[in-house]
Amino acid sequence: MPDATDSVVVYRKRRNVELAMILVAQFIGLSGYALTHLNLDGRLPPEMLSVAMVWVGLGLALHMAVRWRAPYADPLLLPCALLLNGVGLAMIHRIDLIAEPPRHDVLTQLVWTGLGMALAVAIIVVLRDHRPLQGYTYTLFLVGLVLMMLPMVPGLGTELNGSRVWIRVWRYSFQPAEAAKFVMTIAFASYLVDKRDALAVAGPRFLGITFPRPRDLAPLGVMLAIAMTVLVTQKDLGMSMLFFGLFVMMLYVSTERPAWLVLGGVSFAGAALAASAVFHHVQVRIDAWLHPFQHYDQNLQIISAQFGFAWGGLLGRGWGLGRPGLTPLSKSDFIAAAIGEELGVTGLMALIMVYALFAFRGLRTALAARDDFSTLLATGLSFVFALQVFLIVGGVTRLTPMTGLTTPFMTHGGSSMVVNWMIVGLLLVISHQVRRPVAAPSELTMADDSTQLIAVPTGEARR
Amino acid sequence: MNKPIRRIAVLTMVLFVALLLNVSQIVVFQQDSLNANPQNRRVRDEQFGGNRGSIVAGKTVLAISDTSPQGSQFAYRRNYPQGSLYAPVTGYFSYDRGTTGLEGAYNAELAGTSNSLFVRRLVDVVTGRSPQGATVETTLDPKAQAAAAQALGHQHGAVVAMDAETGAVLAMVSSPSYDPSTLSTTDIQSAGQAYGALLDDPDSPLTNRAAGEIYPPGSTFKLVTAAAALENGMQPSTMVDTPAKLTLPGTTTQLPNESQCGNGQQSLDRALQLSCNTAFANVAIKLGPDALRKQAEKFGWDYKLSDVNGVAARFPADPDPAQTGLSGIGQYDVASNPLHMAMVSAAIANDGKLMTPYVVQTVRAPDLTAVSTTKPKELSQAMSAANAQQLQGMMVNVVSKGTGTNAQINGARVGGKTGTAQTTPDKPPYAWFTAFAEKDNRKIAVAVFVESANVPRSEVGGNVVAAPIAKSVMQALL
Repeated sequence: MPDATDSVVVYRKRRNVELAMILVAQFIGLSGYALTHLNLDGRLPPEMLSVAMVWVGLGLALHMAVRWRAPYADPLLLPCALLLNGVGLAMIHRIDLIAEPPRHDVLTQLVWTGLGMALAVAIIVVLRDHRPLQGYTYTLFLVGLVLMMLPMVPGLGTELNGSRVWIRVWRYSFQPAEAAKFVMTIAFASYLVDKRDALAVAGPRFLGITFPRPRDLAPLGVMLAIAMTVLVTQKDLGMSMLFFGLFVMMLYVSTERPAWLVLGGVSFAGAALAASAVFHHVQVRIDAWLHPFQHYDQNLQIISAQFGFAWGGLLGRGWGLGRPGLTPLSKSDFIAAAIGEELGVTGLMALIMVYALFAFRGLRTALAARDDFSTLLATGLSFVFALQVFLIVGGVTRLTPMTGLTTPFMTHGGSSMVVNWMIVGLLLVISHQVRRPVAAPSELTMADDSTQLIAVPTGEARR
Repeated sequence: MNKPIRRIAVLTMVLFVALLLNVSQIVVFQQDSLNANPQNRRVRDEQFGGNRGSIVAGKTVLAISDTSPQGSQFAYRRNYPQGSLYAPVTGYFSYDRGTTGLEGAYNAELAGTSNSLFVRRLVDVVTGRSPQGATVETTLDPKAQAAAAQALGHQHGAVVAMDAETGAVLAMVSSPSYDPSTLSTTDIQSAGQAYGALLDDPDSPLTNRAAGEIYPPGSTFKLVTAAAALENGMQPSTMVDTPAKLTLPGTTTQLPNESQCGNGQQSLDRALQLSCNTAFANVAIKLGPDALRKQAEKFGWDYKLSDVNGVAARFPADPDPAQTGLSGIGQYDVASNPLHMAMVSAAIANDGKLMTPYVVQTVRAPDLTAVSTTKPKELSQAMSAANAQQLQGMMVNVVSKGTGTNAQINGARVGGKTGTAQTTPDKPPYAWFTAFAEKDNRKIAVAVFVESANVPRSEVGGNVVAAPIAKSVMQALL
């Protein structure tokens, strides 16, 4: 019966729709740039044309790569990413102009954007199929842990590598973890697909939960334990929440046991309580969340962000007409506050919807996938993306405590930008693989076989 | 795995919906209070540098926003062309020292952010015009204001004049004063220095002596005691024990008269003319503190003219008979200010009906349409019309043949009451005069307070020092 359904579904490519929406998305970003200058100087910047050409050129290059190598890819992912990225670039440029003389952070950001896009293209063109990634479970775990630990050796990291790229990344302390998040998502997915049956069925029952056998869960548990230890040591609240949320969610999806969600929620609550009792900085964050106005100087950032929202109101002050410079870190952690101030709550809500759209297209890809690895990987990438948006925007708007994550495609900083474009590339590849017409059911059988085949080398590696 | 993924999708949707709801509640529930927060630099800077509405008195501009000099970070600068003369009413509008007076009370209207200006603000937003504040038109009469300031001269003190029939404040002068322009300058640092200097000034120029402080009113309070007496059945002709010296009940303290009242009895009318302390102390003791307090409250003792940071007058909570006697002549713990004493005269002149004082007549939008207009409103019926008319007569006698002769005006019916209040022995007494004047169907009430009257302690103090000032103000108004 499933085979019959699969052979009937033929997705439309919708590449022309994608092209049109890419142009619309890019127009919105360029409008931000133009309006900022119209509002501040009363005229368009002299570089307007070249900026527009570069920006549209980058989008078209991506589009052509998709047309060439991933024609069945989801047509909404690229426009969403380009819209968010364009608005982010325009906002960083706008905040650049506050300084006297103006700064040029937007140029480095554009370079990172280009690099990220190039990597996305590389993934589309070179990787083409994500499924081979499943064979590198432990390698990926190792890479993720190394990335995460890099900031733990201050000074040493730069000396060891001596590479300029790493120094650059070093200046943004979260960024290696950002890449680690991406790598670990793949590793989690690959491990869980390999072991899902064993995890779900075999093992002792306790409190209505079938606990997996230790030998099935141990490698995963050890990885998570190390990751969490590293992140807690680094006081990286947001990233540890992200990792934990990702882990619990993927465990739940792969085993289909809701008990994991309950268990995860309970242990998260316990950990949060313990952390707030033990760590002073956690208390400070929680206090700044619940009662920000009691310590004006200490909570200047979050208070100023709230003032920015109120100042912007429903429709915003307009591009260039607000005062986002009054909020510290308005280019990085608090860029959502700058958006809210100048584009209004309406503008911020529109961007949240675009983020949501991106995440839901990813989840849709997961639903359409025919093999477990694709499903789990797409779910993981989409959910962790959504969770990150929720935590950072929620932090800036005081829905949650501030956890200092990057706002995808917007925050000023290289690794986040590069990683998010790699996520776009990977999702494009997955959605292409998932949506392209499948000729024969026999291929499905092959895929199932290959899953079992890959399980063998991992077993050997453990031995 | 599709079922868990659908659930994860629902969870994701919940997260995003929570974000959307939370973001919208900022605008719905928090925007106003966040924008009203004094720490909010965005609002403060925009209002401070914005095109704020003017404050005017007739055609006289009291406060206006001028274009800032080149190079300033603010587009507009607040100016007070009349400077110190109107400072007690306009208050100041500073960057980081807050706002007082009308600048504070009508901040939303002047800044153009008031809800009553909502539609215009919306039009401004849509048409891209920079918002402009409303003009606040005061009830002040520039002629009376100038006359009061000139008559007061360099003496420390205050003058309040009001229309007895409407409650409109026609003059409000406090001396020494300050120039609000020095505090509103866009040079934030020099504004801070000016503020510090004003705070440290021993003459306390920032004090609004007309309505923002309270002082012992001395014998002018005898009007309240007299009103209570009439309301409690006495007549102007009722004879009152007036010994040369009254031993206050329960004490050995002797209260003397400050004027020639003899050593026997005086009618209530004559006692007011001569301002006999022992007579009014006896009346007060006889009436008791509750009757006095009730009468004071009817004269608006609790009223605060919030537009100019006004304060309430005071009557002691639980005085013993000796303290009640002293209270009846405006000593002990009784305290008032020129605004409240003008309200007493106004209520008496207006046949007992006390009108609510107000300083803002109209708030006018930039297109000159009136956003709000103050309608005269009764605050209380202080005494019966008949008793009020009797008390008017008694006050007229004070001016025509009593202690207040310096307030006489040709062609006008003038009634008044002098006062001299001792605070501490080392300080010169306060000279008071409160009066009403009636001419051509216009009824004016006025109160004058001179803080450092360098005159001997005698009822003549009020007559010599304060009455001529009241007279010039009344002449300017009639």
